[in-house]
Amino acid sequence: MRFGARFGDRRGEPAGRDEQADAGAGETEDLALEQVLKDFRMSVCAWSEAAYNRPRTAAQVVRRRSWRLAAGWALGLALAAGGVSGAVFERHQRQQMARAAARQRLVQERQRLVREQQAREEEEDLLAKVDSDVSREVPSAMEPLAQLMAEDERK
Amino acid sequence: MEPMIRATAEEIAARELATANEEFSRVVERHRPQVFRFLLASTRDLDLAETLTQECFLKAHRNWSSFRGESSAMTWLMRIAINLQKDHWRNRRMQFWRQTRTNAVDLDEASEWLPSGEGSVERQLLARERVGQVWEAVKGLSERQRTVFLLRYVEEQELSEIARETGLSEGTVKAHLSRALTRVRAELGGGR
Repeated sequence: MRFGARFGDRRGEPAGRDEQADAGAGETEDLALEQVLKDFRMSVCAWSEAAYNRPRTAAQVVRRRSWRLAAGWALGLALAAGGVSGAVFERHQRQQMARAAARQRLVQERQRLVREQQAREEEEDLLAKVDSDVSREVPSAMEPLAQLMAEDERK
Repeated sequence: MEPMIRATAEEIAARELATANEEFSRVVERHRPQVFRFLLASTRDLDLAETLTQECFLKAHRNWSSFRGESSAMTWLMRIAINLQKDHWRNRRMQFWRQTRTNAVDLDEASEWLPSGEGSVERQLLARERVGQVWEAVKGLSERQRTVFLLRYVEEQELSEIARETGLSEGTVKAHLSRALTRVRAELGGGR
């Protein structure tokens, strides 16, 4: 039996049919289709009736659902708490590292300043030493004048 | 005198409430199987059909006082059921992270249900096969087409009633029904 051929497609039917005639009646005038739809209805009814009268396990379902809900909430809270504490720990770690880095920079700066200061002092000492050495050294050409000055000082 | 009047008014209100509750209980008793059947056929999911049926009657109970009887109680209940079903699918589509698995039974299982003892074994097998094909076609229908098809051919409702329940015009209902039937015909024709 070929349903497609037997039932045909009624989309091309004239639209002037009795308006009030139930579309269902027109659509299912074919006995075979009508029978299939009747079987379908009976099948749904039988299934529904059996399902409707089956023993209920509502209490179990509710308990299972509430258990699942509680587990879901607990897991969610644990994840949220983990996330928050992780973020706090991370932030704390970063702050510690930043503080340590700042301390390190400060120490290095101080060492640099000390080194510069020492270098400056050494340079000043050297210059002073050079000055005094230079001032005490008298060229031989000026020796008589230096002796005269020394004698004047003695007098 | 005044307390006596108040007491009487309270009594009347209590009596009215009791009457309304009784009426609603009768409505539940009468129409619950039908609402459940429609939702079961729409969803093919026992648990979901039961949940939606419960929700339907809960909603109906909350709004029972506003039910004016302009349509039949069944029409009113079906309208609620159709809206609940629509909301359910919409939510499921929107909330894609939700459990995507459904408990819908497969089509073979759904088509297993045929009253036995009617006709030969051969006729039973043939009927089962064709019912399976109808389920296959129903599965491929749009939400509206499916609703209209089930209301017409499972609940055996008039087009005007379907129009009232779905909020569509009769013409639109006819169009949906026609498309649904075309699909069923194609499935039955292709299945042979």
